[in-house]
Amino acid sequence: MKKQKFKVDKHILTPKHIKLGEREKAQLLEKYHVTSKELPKILKTDASIKDMDVKIGDIIKIMRKSETAGESAFYRAVSDV
Amino acid sequence: MAEEKEEQKQELEDVKQAIEGKEGKTERIEEEQYVYKQVRSIAFSVLSPKMIRKMASAKIVTPELYDKEGYPVDGGLMDIRLGVIDPGLRCKTCGSKLKECIGHFGYIELARPIIHVKFVNIILTLVKCTCRECGRILIPDNKLPKIKELLDTVEKESGVEERRQKVKEVIAGLKTVSKCPNCKAKQKKISMEKPTTFLEDEKRLSPIEIRARLEKIPDADCEIFGLKVPHVRPEWMVLTILPIPPVTMRPSITLESGERSEDDLTHKMGDIVRINQRLFENINAGAPEIIVEDLWDLLQYHVTTFFDNNIAQLPPARHRSGQPLKTLTERIKSKEGRIRHNLAGKRTNFSARTVISPDPMLELFEVGVPFAIANKLTVPERVNEWNIQYLKKFVENGPEKYPGANYIIRPDGKKKKITEETKEASLEELQPGYIVERHLMDGDVAVFNRQPSLHRMSMMCHRVKVLPGKTLRLNPAVCTPYNADFDGDEMNLHIPQTEEARAESEILMEVQTQLISLRYGLSIIGCTQDAISGNYSLTKDNSIKREDAIDLLSAVGITDFSGLPRKSVVTGKEIFSMLLPDDFNYSGHSRLCDRSKDRCDKETHVVIENGRLVSGVMDRNSLGEESGLMLRNIHQKYGKDHSIDMLGKIFRLGIEYLFRAGFTSALSDTDLPEQARLKIKEDLDNAKNNVDKLIAQFREGSLEAFPGKTLQETLELRILEVLNKARNETGKVVANYADKRTHTMVMAESGARGNLLNLAQMAACVGQQAMRGKRIEKGFERRTLSHFRKADLSPEARGFITNGFKNGLTPAEFFFGSMTGRDSLMDTALRTPKSGYLYRRLANAMQDLKVEYDNTVRDASKKIIQFDYGEDGIDVSKSENGFINVSRVIETV
Repeated sequence: MKKQKFKVDKHILTPKHIKLGEREKAQLLEKYHVTSKELPKILKTDASIKDMDVKIGDIIKIMRKSETAGESAFYRAVSDV
Repeated sequence: MAEEKEEQKQELEDVKQAIEGKEGKTERIEEEQYVYKQVRSIAFSVLSPKMIRKMASAKIVTPELYDKEGYPVDGGLMDIRLGVIDPGLRCKTCGSKLKECIGHFGYIELARPIIHVKFVNIILTLVKCTCRECGRILIPDNKLPKIKELLDTVEKESGVEERRQKVKEVIAGLKTVSKCPNCKAKQKKISMEKPTTFLEDEKRLSPIEIRARLEKIPDADCEIFGLKVPHVRPEWMVLTILPIPPVTMRPSITLESGERSEDDLTHKMGDIVRINQRLFENINAGAPEIIVEDLWDLLQYHVTTFFDNNIAQLPPARHRSGQPLKTLTERIKSKEGRIRHNLAGKRTNFSARTVISPDPMLELFEVGVPFAIANKLTVPERVNEWNIQYLKKFVENGPEKYPGANYIIRPDGKKKKITEETKEASLEELQPGYIVERHLMDGDVAVFNRQPSLHRMSMMCHRVKVLPGKTLRLNPAVCTPYNADFDGDEMNLHIPQTEEARAESEILMEVQTQLISLRYGLSIIGCTQDAISGNYSLTKDNSIKREDAIDLLSAVGITDFSGLPRKSVVTGKEIFSMLLPDDFNYSGHSRLCDRSKDRCDKETHVVIENGRLVSGVMDRNSLGEESGLMLRNIHQKYGKDHSIDMLGKIFRLGIEYLFRAGFTSALSDTDLPEQARLKIKEDLDNAKNNVDKLIAQFREGSLEAFPGKTLQETLELRILEVLNKARNETGKVVANYADKRTHTMVMAESGARGNLLNLAQMAACVGQQAMRGKRIEKGFERRTLSHFRKADLSPEARGFITNGFKNGLTPAEFFFGSMTGRDSLMDTALRTPKSGYLYRRLANAMQDLKVEYDNTVRDASKKIIQFDYGEDGIDVSKSENGFINVSRVIETV
């Protein structure tokens, strides 16, 4: 049997990471009047998006459990530094 | 420093020319002529003898200060070429008057070179690391480039000091120390005797020799030590010439007797000049070497203490009175020095600080100011034709009589002090356009503050109320936002001086505007302590005669009694309802409500209908600070001014009621009936038996261990469980049997102070003393005290206190009690500064985060930190404890 590797992104404590499509991305940047540089960052090598097909400048939507709002969306731009 | 000085001089010249060129024109143009320069860089370096001569405008040759007429001697330390400190005189160097002339340096030619104390460490390194014959650094040329590289990285990481240290290490590691790699000269061992003596193989090196050696070091080698040559030459660290600071930085004071008292620096320099002259004379006269050397050492001492009078190996130079002189280093260093005291320390005018004390009769937004302070703090009022009569009264009263004035300010800005003598003249002079600085009066705006100012409620705007006494007074209800108590706390008071400042403080900082906390959306200001006990007693089935009720309400400040039912006896609830607005509705729970039941009892359910308290009692849940929605709802519906007024009245109602009813916590409050005492004894005995059984099981080995625990740990846990249960049991007994009408119980039930556990500890059993979550186990070998048997695990041997405080503790119990007492005392003492610093770091890191109009939280560069404030976008200060009660909003709209 092949040795199963532990995957951080599948763990229940890791919030869901979703890559935004081009249209959604444009909408988001329009909504907040920002460029992707002014968004919080996420490393391309981050364990929770390692297996995703992302390039620098993409935006990742993170659905987090929140104490105040139940569930809240957070956005991060993929960066290399 | 040298470069900086040059630039400054140049700048000064420019400015002077600009002013001279435009003389006679309007002031405005003159102002525009100032030349501003931007500082690109600052270089620190050592003054060269050439530079000292260049910047000096006088050579000092005589220790005398003044001649017989009291005029400064030419070539003396107070030479008028060094600047002016007397009014009316003009500077001989620059021609400007007192305050315009910044002063000029002088110099003295030293008869023999003197080591500069502040440079001894560098000198030692230099002399040790260079050849005594050729002056080259003791590193072979072929190794230099590599070592330089290493040194540069060291300097980048930890500074120049480290670099010099590293040079020493490198040379020590080279093993060529005894022979110069360049001229093959033999090297001798150099050591230093603190503070300023150098030795070579136990033979003394004179400063002349040291200087000669430093001169020999080539420029390129200096750079290895981090000394850039055009700025610093090593030989400059041995003084041949000493700059004399300008008189303006050491002014003499004229005493009342007409005698002049000189500055410490002048005294010290007098010593230097005197000894220097004597040394000169002795050398010229060809005196024996011993005498010259003695004088030389003395001169070295004086120059050293001139720079620093706190050198460990030297006795500090003293005044005749025995007090040590304050010389150059002492002027700059430490808390009282120039930097921390004058540059970093800021002080404020129009402010006061004293001890605070409570006064519940003040309104919440008032602050009681003692007369002594109100006489000194002033408010400027501009005179116009409508208020001139009113303001003249203050001037008439003068500075001594209370509502008076201390100063008048003429329209041209001249400030005149009002005294008994000048009063008449000032009164005469007063006309529209003048400003009168009148004493502080009732109703004036003041900003009140208590440190540490951690949140915006630490600085609030109050109205002044001038009172007799010597302390600042505040309503005890506003202690919470300031985090103040009255065990000796001091607070600060500031009086805004301009119309704008007053408006700003009134609108933004008034106590009323700070009622609702923006941290959790509830009222921060509420009733405390006896105000809660009072309202609880009043509203809990209580009835008083109508006359007494009216007396009570008038004391609170109610004048309209039409709302009070026309009965000869009214209930406490009806009296309390008088303070509520007529259309107020509220429903909530009191503290004693058991929320597990669907509906709670009539007495615990607080219901207010149309401004009438129908059922329930007022306790901390409804009235207290940081809790309960009642105050919050009143604020939302009726606004800040109404709620602050009501809060003040409720507070006073509680206190006034207690004044009339009396309130005493007595020893008999902890009395229990015989039955209860037997019950408690039985419970404790049972527990003890159970523990004994557990221990027996443990010894036999029949005790079953909890999963993941050892047998010992299991036993400890089981024992703790049994003992805690027993203590809770006694607590319940006390709660059931204790007289509910006692004032101790009233305090506990209303939430004013103390709780049932405190009462149970007094009446029945203090319980287990725990350290670090375990029973007490340390002390002696396998026992806690020497009169227990070793390995005794029984409750009493491990810190279980069976007695209550009223019964009294046995000596062993008392000892266990003080163990945990000391532990928790130390814990709080150590934790407070730690958590304070943690908070400070957080506040500093987040200080410029801001909620933008689109509800995002962004930093100063507009980068997004949070996409929706608090993830739900709720402004907590406009919510109810962080939530929005949708059903109630629908109901009310």
